[in-house]
Amino acid sequence: MVKRLFTTNKMTFIFILLGLVIFLFIILPLIRMVAASDPNILLTTMFDTEVRSAIWLSLYAALIATGVGFILGVPLAYLLARHEFPGKKIIEGLIDVPIVIPHTAAGIALLFVFGRNFFAGRVFNVMGIDFVDSTAGIVVAMLFVSIPFLIDSAKEGFKKVDVRLEKVARTLGASPWRTFFKVSLPLAWRSIVAGGIMMWARGISEFGAIIILAYHPMIAPTLIFERFESYGLAYSQPVAVLLILLCLFVFIVLRTLVHRGEKA
Amino acid sequence: MIQVRNLCVDLGAFALHDVNLDVKPGEYFIILGPTGAGKTVLLESIAGLYQLKSGQIWLGGKEVTRLEPEKRGISIVYQDQVLFPHLSVKDNITFGLKLRKKNRREIKATLDWLAELLSIPHLLNRRPDTLSGGERQKVALARALSIKPQLLLLDEPLSALDPENREGVQRELRRLHNQVKVTTVHVTHDFEEAIALGDRIAVLGDGCIKQIGTSEQIFRQPNSEFVARFAMVRNIFVGEVTDGSGENAVFCTEDTKLAVVTDLRGKCHASLRPEDILISHAPFHSSARNSFCGTITSVTDKGSILYLTVTLPPDFICLVTRNSFEAMGLGEGNKVYITFKASAVHIF
Repeated sequence: MVKRLFTTNKMTFIFILLGLVIFLFIILPLIRMVAASDPNILLTTMFDTEVRSAIWLSLYAALIATGVGFILGVPLAYLLARHEFPGKKIIEGLIDVPIVIPHTAAGIALLFVFGRNFFAGRVFNVMGIDFVDSTAGIVVAMLFVSIPFLIDSAKEGFKKVDVRLEKVARTLGASPWRTFFKVSLPLAWRSIVAGGIMMWARGISEFGAIIILAYHPMIAPTLIFERFESYGLAYSQPVAVLLILLCLFVFIVLRTLVHRGEKA
Repeated sequence: MIQVRNLCVDLGAFALHDVNLDVKPGEYFIILGPTGAGKTVLLESIAGLYQLKSGQIWLGGKEVTRLEPEKRGISIVYQDQVLFPHLSVKDNITFGLKLRKKNRREIKATLDWLAELLSIPHLLNRRPDTLSGGERQKVALARALSIKPQLLLLDEPLSALDPENREGVQRELRRLHNQVKVTTVHVTHDFEEAIALGDRIAVLGDGCIKQIGTSEQIFRQPNSEFVARFAMVRNIFVGEVTDGSGENAVFCTEDTKLAVVTDLRGKCHASLRPEDILISHAPFHSSARNSFCGTITSVTDKGSILYLTVTLPPDFICLVTRNSFEAMGLGEGNKVYITFKASAVHIF
């Protein structure tokens, strides 16, 4: 079968070749970097408290952002999947804006709302929450740049749920709330979780918006950047390797869990 | 039982105008109409799933026009049996009961009763995606009946089934209705299905009701071209399959015995397309097992084709081309022989 593909179909052959180039382009730098690391230095880095707290902060701030995304993004995704209204296309387009704007610009824009001299910043300041140079600021920046992934994925998930299942549930005596929690949400759950994983991963990888809003406390990407700037490649590399390995591990575990759920 | 008064629904691309219905308690009411006539929208409006532009809906003497669907006690079954895919058959059936906070014993009792009624006890622990179309339809019916609805709405319940399953489920619907006596509104585009099941039929077209009556009235006295298109294109007889079996069955109607192919027994309907009937001056010897002599009592000229009514009794509507009609020199009062195959007669 494989042999025939190569001999009879030139297009397939060329496509495989082109695909291989881009695949290697993705995978080679990662492999080279991981392979070039000294296990001993890696181990020392792992016990470096600065590194550990930065990685931990990355994971945990992204998780909070994803949690806030769930509460605020899933209802919006449901509305967009179920209702037609004027201006819907515009709203859908605007939701995706954080993906396309440069993230440093996003950070500056966020300062105009959450900065100490601006409206939301003041309101939250009264409540004791400060966004500049704080974990809250990191969460806000992550939320901003990563929420489109969750909303889009959840919306697609809700669209795939037959509206008539909700209608049947209503006639059987379920209130709109119950219908949502017993029918719509469980059936769209996989897409929502997949979107949540994407959102979380995107949050961890964010750098641009975060350094504008909160250089400190340092998340892992900021730490990598700072070590690279101050001490060079050799010092930033182990931190980068550690972060990549950890992200890959969590990402693979979560994806496997979601896919296993799909089969069951 | 259920009264629909001047119901109007506007969905932009689609609308229902001034629909009036009056379904009696225990009745099996059919809404017949072509695809796109608004049958599903009408059902969903009755269930409270659409907001009415105007009009009223009364259920059991109470106005329910603005009542939420979950408070109406109206169940709906869709054509492709939308079962909750994430729940087992048992959990599908008990979905409504659990919402009603019934205690365990009541739920169990209702579940057993429904499983027995629809002969599905062996399916209770299965997942919906492992069931056949007919089985899914039974589960959907059980789920709809579980809440002891005041009104059962069936949206093309037989259309998505293959022919063998369809006949089975159709008989099942009749039997269920006789047993449970729940007031039922069933929408379909299939005229034969409507006649076989319906106590009364409403014909729906272009978003409004064209005619309401018994099946006899609809096919004997259609009040418009639209209704006639559904009804007049075929011969429909009411009678009984008396003896024989399978390929040698006999259908009796008004003292005429037709050779037919069916496994049904007892009172039923037969239909025969006018174009399946052969007309001749002399007895026609062929493999066709039905051949009768009758009198042409009326001729309807439709241009290149003509419809003849040949009376035995009963009346057979036959179709001939103008060429044959003129070549044979046919006319009212003539004695002719009509011949058709046993397999051309559909029993339902």
